[in-house]
Amino acid sequence: MTEPASASEPGDGSRPAPGEFLGGSLQIRHVDAGSCNGCELEVGSAFGPVYDAERFGVRLVASPRHADALLVSGPVTKNMAVPLAKTLEATPSPKLVIALGDCARDCGVFRGAYGIEGAVGDVVAVDADIPGCPPDPTEILRALRRLTGR
Amino acid sequence: MSFVGACIFTACVAGVLACAAGLALPARWSAPVVGALSTVMAAAGLAGGVAVLATGHVWAGRFPSVLPLAGVELSLDPLGAIFVVATAAVAIAASVYGVGYAAPSRAARALVPLFVLSLLLVPAAASVTTFVALWEVMALTSLLLVAAEHRHRPEARDAAVWYGVMTHAGLVVILLGLVLFAGHAGGESFTALRAAAGEMSPLVRSTVFVLTFVGFASKAGAVPLHVWLPRAHPEAPSHVSALMSGAMVKLGVYGIVRVGFDLLGGGPRWWGLVVLAVGMVSALFGILHALVSSDLKRLLAYSTTENVGLILIGVGAAGVSAAGGSRTLAAVAMAAALLHVINHALFKGLLFLGAGSVVSATGTRDLDRLGGLVRSMPVTGATFAVGALAIMALPPFNGFVSEWLLLQSLVHSVSSTSATLAVTMPVAVAVVALTGGLAAATFVKAFGTGFLALPRSPAAADAREVPPSMQAAMIALAGGCVALGVAPTVLGGALDRAVGVLAAVRDGSPLRHDGVTLSLSGIRGSLSPLMVASGLVVGAVVLLGALRAVGARGPRRRAENWGCGRSVQTARMEYTATSFAEPLQRVFDDVLRPDHDVDVSHRAESRYYVEAVAYRTAVRDAFETHAYAPVLRAVRWWGRAARRLQNGSVHRYLAYAFVALIVVLVVAR
Amino acid sequence: MSRAVVGFLQVVVLVAGAPILAGLVRKVRARLEGRAGPPIAQPWRDLRKLLGKERIVPEHTSWVFAVAPLVVMCSVGLVAAIVPFASTRTPFGSAGDLFAVVYLLLLGTVFLALGGLDPGTAFGGMGASREMTLAALAEPTVLLAVFALSVPAGSSNLSAIVAATLAHPARVATLQSVLALAAFAVVTLAECGRLPVDNPSTHLELTMIHEAMVLEYAGPDLALVELASAMRLAVFAGLLANLFFPWGIATTTSPLEVVLGMAALAGKVACLGVALAVFEVFVAKLRLFRVPELLAASFVLAFLAVTASFFLT
Repeated sequence: MTEPASASEPGDGSRPAPGEFLGGSLQIRHVDAGSCNGCELEVGSAFGPVYDAERFGVRLVASPRHADALLVSGPVTKNMAVPLAKTLEATPSPKLVIALGDCARDCGVFRGAYGIEGAVGDVVAVDADIPGCPPDPTEILRALRRLTGR
Repeated sequence: MSFVGACIFTACVAGVLACAAGLALPARWSAPVVGALSTVMAAAGLAGGVAVLATGHVWAGRFPSVLPLAGVELSLDPLGAIFVVATAAVAIAASVYGVGYAAPSRAARALVPLFVLSLLLVPAAASVTTFVALWEVMALTSLLLVAAEHRHRPEARDAAVWYGVMTHAGLVVILLGLVLFAGHAGGESFTALRAAAGEMSPLVRSTVFVLTFVGFASKAGAVPLHVWLPRAHPEAPSHVSALMSGAMVKLGVYGIVRVGFDLLGGGPRWWGLVVLAVGMVSALFGILHALVSSDLKRLLAYSTTENVGLILIGVGAAGVSAAGGSRTLAAVAMAAALLHVINHALFKGLLFLGAGSVVSATGTRDLDRLGGLVRSMPVTGATFAVGALAIMALPPFNGFVSEWLLLQSLVHSVSSTSATLAVTMPVAVAVVALTGGLAAATFVKAFGTGFLALPRSPAAADAREVPPSMQAAMIALAGGCVALGVAPTVLGGALDRAVGVLAAVRDGSPLRHDGVTLSLSGIRGSLSPLMVASGLVVGAVVLLGALRAVGARGPRRRAENWGCGRSVQTARMEYTATSFAEPLQRVFDDVLRPDHDVDVSHRAESRYYVEAVAYRTAVRDAFETHAYAPVLRAVRWWGRAARRLQNGSVHRYLAYAFVALIVVLVVAR
Repeated sequence: MSRAVVGFLQVVVLVAGAPILAGLVRKVRARLEGRAGPPIAQPWRDLRKLLGKERIVPEHTSWVFAVAPLVVMCSVGLVAAIVPFASTRTPFGSAGDLFAVVYLLLLGTVFLALGGLDPGTAFGGMGASREMTLAALAEPTVLLAVFALSVPAGSSNLSAIVAATLAHPARVATLQSVLALAAFAVVTLAECGRLPVDNPSTHLELTMIHEAMVLEYAGPDLALVELASAMRLAVFAGLLANLFFPWGIATTTSPLEVVLGMAALAGKVACLGVALAVFEVFVAKLRLFRVPELLAASFVLAFLAVTASFFLT
């Protein structure tokens, strides 16, 4: 049985959370835009038995049409720029983009590499980000709970 | 002259005039005139049949001068009227359709009214001569129509040969049976046959039944005598295919019911079991081959075999129940079979007309080359969808009602005294169920790959909607499917009277109805298709209203398909008909035994480099490869062997004649 | 209370309760896996959010894609109205036939398959093909199970079957009833897309059957499809409960008895949901081409049930 993970209070009350429309239900489509898979392991752990993100109303889905938010990890490689944009277009609005990890925020260790198009924010508009290389599952949960308000 | 007599006379006159018009008039006028006259003929037939069904009054007429020696004897009773009505319904639609359809030749256009006329008159025949004469007219006209496009396609010639041989072999067997019957009865009119049946020995009765059953089953397209069906139906012009599937094969069933139940007055239980077994095998075999077929018209032809199988299951169950003494169940089973005759005529006619529209718009019958037609041919797509839903036996369409009736008649035949029945009836229900499930898969394949998604070839991409006359015919049949699905009770009285003709299964009125609900007297079961349909409609209205109230029916955004982010979608990425059916083909691998052919061609430089791979797969009809091919080989061998008798020497021929004369003199002493 | 009101109440309760059942199954599975799991009412939050999202229709699709969610929802809603869940006095009365229920559910399956083929994507076609394969192979078992149920009652009418079991409770323990129950349970797993036939929470498209057909639906259309599949599970569980263990069902239309009948149904369905969740934790998904063997085994059970009811009565 999981222990309730200690997490900070969701939302700071000064402005409405970007996930207002969610009403406590967040479906996420994960997109690997070129990551080293370190962030994916942390996401897998966040949805596993120890951290259990599902109890906060978050679920991973297979199709962007079923999703509210895209969880993008890794710097955007040249080949993944168009697919990432298409994935976002396939998502019904209102929608969010969450950049996961340092590579997604500002290319991290891959800055300046030949195969990189840019950070996630250079290809699509980003609504939230989770720092870390890789981010701790508790950080991931904190960001997701800020969105769902649960 | 009575109303029914006048209708039949009108039909005959209109039919002959239509045929003459087709031959004599120039091409610009022949299509509308022939279409109009054929419609008049079919409408007259429909009116006559409806009149007989509504009143239960039997019309009879004798015309001794029409045919030499025997004369023509006609009699239309409610049983025959069911088949006349089914034929006429399809014929009206086919005639209207024919106005817009480009006929392959003048003769083809002129023969169709003659074909329809023979189809309308066969159920009214009341003597052996009349019956056989009309049967032969039907066979010859349809044979010429199957061969109509032989100049463009060699397969049409091949199909016509198979069809011609099989239909005439069937005729010979039917003739043998009927002549045997008439010989023992001392007269050839059906009344004489009916009267004499009681005194004939069981051996003669069984022989007559078996002979006529084999002949009529071959016409009906029951396995193993079905091989002409998937060859002939795709080659004929589409409205002729609709008539053949919708009306002509039913006359095979008519023959079995007329001779087995009416003229012979029913028989021992094994007759019913034989019919039941043939029906079950036909149903399963037909639908399996329809499932793996990617030629649209071949799929529909095999589906006709399947539906004939279902009808024969009903007829067989009626025979078994009647022989066991439970006439209520027998009446219900027979009513189910007759209702399925009418329903199948409607939806199979509709599907063939739709297939014809597709072929005339795209030039191809191959489902793997079609697609996207529901947007470029909206009327054809919508009516084909109605036909497909009806044949899948889904509420609220007409196929569901006859399937329900059939299941009710099988489910209630509980007999704790007979072990055979205790095993046969569940097997029959399982066969009907599996057939229904496979039919659902088949027609989702046919409609889904043929009409939905993107066009798979330039021919399909350039398709345009067909002329209004063809659309009108399809819409009329689709309306019939919906109407009979929602209000099958209009046929309740007609079915009671038709079943009442058969002394063996007559049992009051098996189908009771009050406008809304169809219930079975004697066994507990009732159905209200009207309430189901209205329930669905009310539910849809309430649902849409609720969604609008919640604000969820806003404007929609048209977006690209989700393809995991790939840059472009082509038609090559869609499922084809062959791939759709592949899982089921694998499940039934042992029965279908498909041929797989892989052809790998290598580059000249080295065998390690592959230039091209060609993969071919085909499912061959098991009866053709294992039963017909050996018979044909044996016939050819025998022919070659017999040729040795003809060595050209006149002395030897004279010796043959001398020996034959001696033998005849000895035998005839 | 009139029969129509009873039917309407049944629909409302099933629409409201089906997502709760889905949530309960998820919760029990999570607990058995050692997690806390999502709250039981989470599916309702998901549906509410979906209703507020944008409606997307893929280009190249036709009226078939747009109409499919409506048909699926209406057919399962009509089934919820006519099956005796709360009371044996259903709106259709003598016309409520078990065969009609089976074919109405098949109508929904067919339209969902056509909706999967319409966008012309490879996964949609794959889902449609697999779904129709399993539906075709499950049909004989379903209809034979209906046959087995209708033999002791003398009719395939739903209320008659329930009334017959209420009148002769000992029939539940007979061999044919147990065999029919086993066959019906396997069919429920196949028709509702649960393990071991299909994993409802998979993300691997190549293992999907039902999910693959609905990959293109978004927003309110997706809400309808999800609600309809939850209701399908609830309907099958309710049928299992009331055809084999009907005690607690009302036999009149008096309001008190109907409410008690509804409560009894909710209890029985909740127990079945928990049992399903426990079963799913311990079983693995079958390879697609092993599923026909499972369905063939359930067919044999149903066939034995029918022949047993002939020979043993």
